[in-house]
Amino acid sequence: MTEINKETPACKMTIGGNIYEAGNAREFKTGDWRSVRPVYIPEKCIQCGLCFPVCPEDAIPVGKDQKRTDFNYDYCKGCGVCAKVCPFGAITMRVEGEE
Amino acid sequence: MGIRERLSGNEAAATAMKQINPDVVAAFPITPSTEIPQYFSTFVDNGQVDTEFVAVESEHSAMSACIGAEAAGTRAMTATSANGLSLMWEMVYIASSMRLPIVMSLVNRAVSGPLNIHNDHSDAMGVRDAGWIMLFSETNQEAYDNLLMAHRIAENEKVLLPLMVCQDGFITSHSIENIELLEDAKVKEFVGEYHPKHYLLNKKEPIAMGPMDLQAFLFEHKYQQAEAMCNAKQVILDVAKDFEKLTGRKYGLFEEYKLDDAEIAIVCMNSTAGTTKEVVDSLREKGIKAGLLKVRVFRPFPAEEISKALAHVKAVAVLDKADSLNGVGGALFTDVTSGMQVNGVTVPTSSYIYGIGGRDTTTKEIESVYKDLMEDSKKGKIENPYRYLGLRKE
Repeated sequence: MTEINKETPACKMTIGGNIYEAGNAREFKTGDWRSVRPVYIPEKCIQCGLCFPVCPEDAIPVGKDQKRTDFNYDYCKGCGVCAKVCPFGAITMRVEGEE
Repeated sequence: MGIRERLSGNEAAATAMKQINPDVVAAFPITPSTEIPQYFSTFVDNGQVDTEFVAVESEHSAMSACIGAEAAGTRAMTATSANGLSLMWEMVYIASSMRLPIVMSLVNRAVSGPLNIHNDHSDAMGVRDAGWIMLFSETNQEAYDNLLMAHRIAENEKVLLPLMVCQDGFITSHSIENIELLEDAKVKEFVGEYHPKHYLLNKKEPIAMGPMDLQAFLFEHKYQQAEAMCNAKQVILDVAKDFEKLTGRKYGLFEEYKLDDAEIAIVCMNSTAGTTKEVVDSLREKGIKAGLLKVRVFRPFPAEEISKALAHVKAVAVLDKADSLNGVGGALFTDVTSGMQVNGVTVPTSSYIYGIGGRDTTTKEIESVYKDLMEDSKKGKIENPYRYLGLRKE
């Protein structure tokens, strides 16, 4: 299936918005729904592993070394659950657009 | 030559469903359509069909089950009336926007309240903008024939829209009339098998249906529905042509009864057309050039064709068996008059609300409409276009 995006003309779109292939939810970037964003402070993080299992969007990448890295803002909706569970203050929430 | 029978409108609809033998029927009983799933469940129990009959707990679930079944790649049908359709309403829109060619038998009844179980068209008029093809039936024969043609129209690749076949509650649904049925094998051949291009249970093509459809997409998808509805007009005519070859019974977008040389005309739908034909005949005997335009296809609305068919008359009355309560007139009236305006036809036209809640509309009342039309045509203009027919007055 050819990719359908904001430029696709009506005649090229599938009926009813049907998606004729599997495994493409990652193409739908939902990060721009966010009004507050989590900020990762690596210096305070001890890699306890409490944050990434609670993320509903799988927006906290974890490497093969079992260590987390910075947020994937393409999908983070800013729910703040990760900041809530972090016992070490390594995640703070900031309003989008503010420093 | 088909099979001569005598059936009620509900029996006719159930018989059509039996011969179509859909994969799934999901329905909930509601007067006056109750008999359709009742008869159909008997066919299931007797092994006359191999349909999966889902006895759901509400009409919302009936339409939901039809949506699921149709999306899975099967043929699904249902039947309902009035408040049953109201409860379905949310899913009625989902069915059409997901482009699922579900077929419904809608036995028209007044939507409460106050509570009323008798015939008018307020149920159908409530979903006229829901993206369903809507066929209306004057007689039991037409209710049967429209259902036999339904799948060929709805499942056409240029259409892919759900379709409802309307008939008047009690007036036709519970009245036994002579009817000519087709042999089972001929129906099977005419309706054909359903092989959707894309469907959920195709393991070779995993797909998603009904996904999130925000600002960047819904607009285009709605346009596609509009385009499909426009395409449906020609498909309806093509299928009718094939049906005529098979049965000799001719169907168009509407029926013109003595309209060719008519000076005054009534536009109406469903069983009232029968009463009106009787009046047209008696007026013609007196030398009055009365005619009738009976709308069969209400959605898509054949605005251009209707306007042309009415262009030569001197006055028109549009009869609506439901009031839109818009301060202007009935839904059919506003469609007919706006169609005329767009197509450059100027004929004095008035709206008559009639028969609400099952009030009988007799030949005497229809005659009074033609009498009004004779006055209107003399005046050449309409002074009070929004009228109630047969209303008790002081």
